[in-house]
Amino acid sequence: MKAITDKQRCKECGICIHYCPKKAIHMTEELNNRGYKHIEVETEKCIGCGICYTVCPDGVFTIKE
Amino acid sequence: MATERKIPDLFNYAMFCGGCGHGVLVRLICECLEELGQQKNTIAAIGVGCSCHLKSAINCDLVQSPHGRAAAVATGIRRAEPDKFVFTYQGDGDAYNIGLSETLNAAYRNENLCIFVVNNSNFGMTGGQMSWTTMPGQKTATSPRGRDTSKTGEPIKIPEMIAYSFKPAYVARGAVITPAEINKLKGYIKNAMEAQLNHEGFSMVEIMSTCPTNWGMNPMIAEKHMIEEVIPYYALGELKKRGE
Repeated sequence: MKAITDKQRCKECGICIHYCPKKAIHMTEELNNRGYKHIEVETEKCIGCGICYTVCPDGVFTIKE
Repeated sequence: MATERKIPDLFNYAMFCGGCGHGVLVRLICECLEELGQQKNTIAAIGVGCSCHLKSAINCDLVQSPHGRAAAVATGIRRAEPDKFVFTYQGDGDAYNIGLSETLNAAYRNENLCIFVVNNSNFGMTGGQMSWTTMPGQKTATSPRGRDTSKTGEPIKIPEMIAYSFKPAYVARGAVITPAEINKLKGYIKNAMEAQLNHEGFSMVEIMSTCPTNWGMNPMIAEKHMIEEVIPYYALGELKKRGE
């Protein structure tokens, strides 16, 4: 299980970065189509726990194989 | 044990500010509607304020109510269409300050409705003015030196008023803060929805949410503030359980 992201939905709030137990999420310097910086998941560190899915207000994450 | 998680089909891109608790709440409502099989059988009455953004956030039938009157509009919908699932989505300013009469009357009549009220302790949409739920000493646009409770009263607790004065089916207060509290909140929302589907009567969930934009804090500091200052006053949990 890994977290897949939809960067166009991200609003740069950083809540997932705070809660990720493996510190696998970081903010990039790129902007998405709506002008927000977006997050990125380091797939090799991700354990697919789904905490990012639970806390994300904007539905950025999907957890699947 | 990791499980697959997928954003519900009902949940669109929402126009809320970054870090706002509304987004999590809308996703939980969508998940519960899908799990209960009501995604094509729902009509929502929405209040005025940040709750208006539900229009962009959810793919179901909606009625935009006049300010504060969502509970009255939902009552009408429910009586005209008794087979539909009906809920209101309001903020604290809409459901309490402006629409107290409608909210209390719906509870008093024990209408078969779900009411979801987002309490972010200010009037978010209009720029963060002081509301009934503003905490003592909290600085807002209209209380720049902090709320003075000797002149403006203490923060109001409407769910307690409804749970202990009337005979509703279910009343709870949850919060959009930590993952554990978010999971508990989903349980409260599902209970409220099941109460309506079983024709038990009025159900209400108050959701404590941060408002990073108007509190002037980043989302994590706002959450810490919420845990330390707001939650001790607004105790979380089920105030009236089903079948009690």
